[in-house]
Amino acid sequence: MPSEHWTHPEPGDGPAAVAAQPSPEQVIAGLRATSEGGAELTQLLTPEGERVASPQFDRYVDDIDAEALKGLYRDMVLVRRADREANAMQRQGQLGIWVPLLGQEAAQIGSGRALRKGDMAFPSYREHGVAYTRGVDLKEVLGIFRCTDHSGWDYKAHGFHPYTIVIGNQVLNAAGYAMGQKFEGKVGDDDSEATICYFGDGATSQGDVHEGFVWAAVYDAPLVFFCQNNQWAISEPTERQSRLPLYQRARGYGFPGIRVDGNDVLACLAVSRWALEECRHGNGPVLIEAFTYRMDAHTTTDDPTRYRLSDELEEWKLKDPIERVRAYLARGGGADQAFFDQVQADSDAFAAELRDYCFNMPEPPPDRIFSNVYAESTPLLDAQREEFLSYLDGFVGAGEH
Amino acid sequence: MTDLQKLTIGKALNLGLRRAMEEDPKVLIMGEDVGKLGGVFRITDGLQKDFGEQRVLDTPLAESGIIGTAVGLAVRGFRPVCEIQFEGFIFPGFDQISSQVAKLHYRTQGKIKMPIVIRVPFGGGIGAVEHHSESPESLFAHIPGLKVVSVSNAVDAYWGIQQAIKSDDPILFFEPKKLYHSGAMKSEVDTEATPDELFKSRVVREGTTATVVAYGPSVKVALDAAAAAEDEGKSLEVIDLRTLSPLDLEPVFESVRKTGRLIALSEAPSESSLTSEIAARVQQECFYSLEAPVLRVTGFDTPYPPAKLEEHYLPDLDRVLHTVDRSLAW
Ligand SMILES: Cc1ncc(C[n+]2csc(CCOP(=O)(O)OP(=O)(O)O)c2C)c(N)n1
Repeated sequence: MPSEHWTHPEPGDGPAAVAAQPSPEQVIAGLRATSEGGAELTQLLTPEGERVASPQFDRYVDDIDAEALKGLYRDMVLVRRADREANAMQRQGQLGIWVPLLGQEAAQIGSGRALRKGDMAFPSYREHGVAYTRGVDLKEVLGIFRCTDHSGWDYKAHGFHPYTIVIGNQVLNAAGYAMGQKFEGKVGDDDSEATICYFGDGATSQGDVHEGFVWAAVYDAPLVFFCQNNQWAISEPTERQSRLPLYQRARGYGFPGIRVDGNDVLACLAVSRWALEECRHGNGPVLIEAFTYRMDAHTTTDDPTRYRLSDELEEWKLKDPIERVRAYLARGGGADQAFFDQVQADSDAFAAELRDYCFNMPEPPPDRIFSNVYAESTPLLDAQREEFLSYLDGFVGAGEH
Repeated sequence: MTDLQKLTIGKALNLGLRRAMEEDPKVLIMGEDVGKLGGVFRITDGLQKDFGEQRVLDTPLAESGIIGTAVGLAVRGFRPVCEIQFEGFIFPGFDQISSQVAKLHYRTQGKIKMPIVIRVPFGGGIGAVEHHSESPESLFAHIPGLKVVSVSNAVDAYWGIQQAIKSDDPILFFEPKKLYHSGAMKSEVDTEATPDELFKSRVVREGTTATVVAYGPSVKVALDAAAAAEDEGKSLEVIDLRTLSPLDLEPVFESVRKTGRLIALSEAPSESSLTSEIAARVQQECFYSLEAPVLRVTGFDTPYPPAKLEEHYLPDLDRVLHTVDRSLAW
C-alpha cells in the first residue's frame, strides 16, 4: 500500500513528474493511505501492539515506562467510557446532543498529555479527551450538551479555551494567543510556552484555517496545529476537502507538517512533544495531521449509514487505539489482569458519577439569559431584564401556565 | 387538473427544489452535506441521486467558498441555490454576501445579474447548542441589493422556493427549522395552482381587536395566540409578512387602520431590527389610527441563551397575549 499511493511531486522531479496528474483514484489513495509503519505515517505502536523503533521520535517518549503507559491506557479507557455514557444519556433524552470522540482517544490523550501547565489548548467541540488531560471536569463539558450553559470551565486555570462550534474560528484565535506568547517573550528555551489548536479535516477548507496558517507562519507563533483527520466532515470524506494529504499543506506556508498515526497514543505523544518543543524554541509553527477515524456518528443527530460503508468501520476497528496498548501491555508483562479489571471498575465508577451529576444538574435561572452580555451592562438591557422578571413574577400563584 | 398533496414544509421545499431543477438545467444546489446525506435536515434528500453530482454539489466545508463560487457560477449563467447548514454558520460567508452578492448588479449597472438563492434554516426551539438557533434575518434585510423572504407554511415553501430561484435578484430564503417536519404544520399544496406573488405579505387570520404581524416560525405562535384570544373574546388579526426585504407593509397599514393596535412579533433581538422598522413605518403611516403605541414581542437583546432557557427567550403565546392586553389597556 505505501508504494502505491500518490505523493506530491517535488520541484526537482523534472517537468515529466510535475506534469503527471494523479487520477482521482490516486488522489483518494494518497489521502486515505494509512501505510502501516510506512514512511508517511509516524507510528511507534502497531495495531497489533508491537513497538516499532523510530530514530527520530523514540527519544520523546524515553520516560514512558510501563507505569506511564498504563496511565495513558487508563486515560483512554476513562474518556471512552465517559463518551459512551454521554452518548447513552443523549439517547435517553438527558442531553440535547452529544459529539462522540469514539476512536479518537489516542490523538486526544497523546497530544493532551504532551502539554505543560503554561501551555494553552484551543479545542473545537469534540475534544473531551483533551479537556480531561487539562484537568477540566467532564461534568462541566456535559453542561454544554445538556444546554444549561455555553462553557463551564475556567479557561485560564486549565489552559483550555472554550469549545468553538463555528468551524475554524478557533484557529485564528489560537494564532493570536500564540503571537501573544511570543510578544511577551515566553518563547526561546526549554521552559517556554506553546499553544496547540485542534480542528478537523473538514475545517481545513475554511478561510479562517488558511489565514491562521498564514498568521502563525509570518509571526513565527509558537503554535501547533493539531488536525484530527477522522476521515469525515459529517457526510463528506477528506477527498471533498483536499487533493493533497493534509500534512503536506504546511510546506506551502513555510512550516513543517507531519502525519502521525492518530490511533497510536505513544506516537501522538512523541510527535506532539516534538512539535511543542519546536514551538518553545521559536521554531514554530508546526502542523500535525493525526490520521484517525471517527468510529461513531458525527453527532447523535447524524446517520452515517447514509454515506459510509460498514466495511470501512470494520477495517478501522482493527486499528483501535485502546486495544493496541492493551495488547502491548499484556504481552510485555507490564500489566496483569488485575490492572485491566481495576481500570474497568474505575471507568464504570467515573461514568456513574457523570450520570448522577447529569441527572441532577441544576437548571439555570431565567435571569441567566441577561447576565454577562456585557462587562458593563446597558440601561436598555437592565430595563429588559426587569420587565421580563416582573412579567414572570406575574405568573407566580396564577396557577399553571 | 389539480394535484393536492398534504405536505410538511420540509417535503414541500424538497419537491419545489426538484421541480425547479427539472424545469431549468442551469439550477444548481450547493452546500455542505446536501448530496448523499440530503442535507442535515434532509431538505435535498434524493436530489443528487436523480440529478447527479454536478447539479447537487457536496462542497468543501467553507461558507465563503460556497457563496463566493456561487457568484462566479451565476456570472457564468447558472442559478445556484446555496444551502447554509444553520444560520449561525452564515457569517464566514457574510463578506461575499454583503460585498459581492448584494452589490455586483449595482456596480455593473445591471450587466451582471445575481440569480442566487441562499437557503438558511433559522430560529430556535429545537434544544440545540450554540449557533444553531439564531435569527439574523434583520442583518440581511439591512443590506441594499438583497431580497429576504421567510416562509411559514408548506404552500409558500413549495412555491416560494421556485419563485426565488426564478428571480434574477439574490434572495436570502429563511426557513423555520423548527417547523420543517412538523405534522401540525402540514398543509395541502396544489401543485397546479397559480401561486401568490412572492413579495407580498398576507392576512392569514382576520380579526378586529388588534393586529399581530409575524413571519417564519412566529406565524404559528401568532395563530395559536389568536385562537387562545378568541376564547377570551378578543379577535386578533394575524399577518404573515412573508417578505422581509422589500417589506410589504400595505396590508399591515390597512389592518392597523381597522384595529388601531399593532403587535410586531419575532424571535430576533429587538434593537435595530425588522420589528423596529415595522414600528417606525406604522407610526409614520397610521399615526392617527393608532389607539396604542406599536408594541413588540421579540427575543431579548442578548446572545441566544443556553437552550434550557429558550422557552423563556422565545416569544410564546403567553407573551403575545400579555402584550395584547398591554395594548388594550392603553
Ligand atoms: C462554519 C460552520 N459551518 C458548518 C458547520 C456545521 N458543521 C458542524 S461539524 C461539521 C463537520 C466538521 O468536520 P471536521 O472539520 O472534519 O471535524 P470533525 O467534526 O470530523 O471532527 C459541520 C459541517 C459549523 N459548525 N460551522
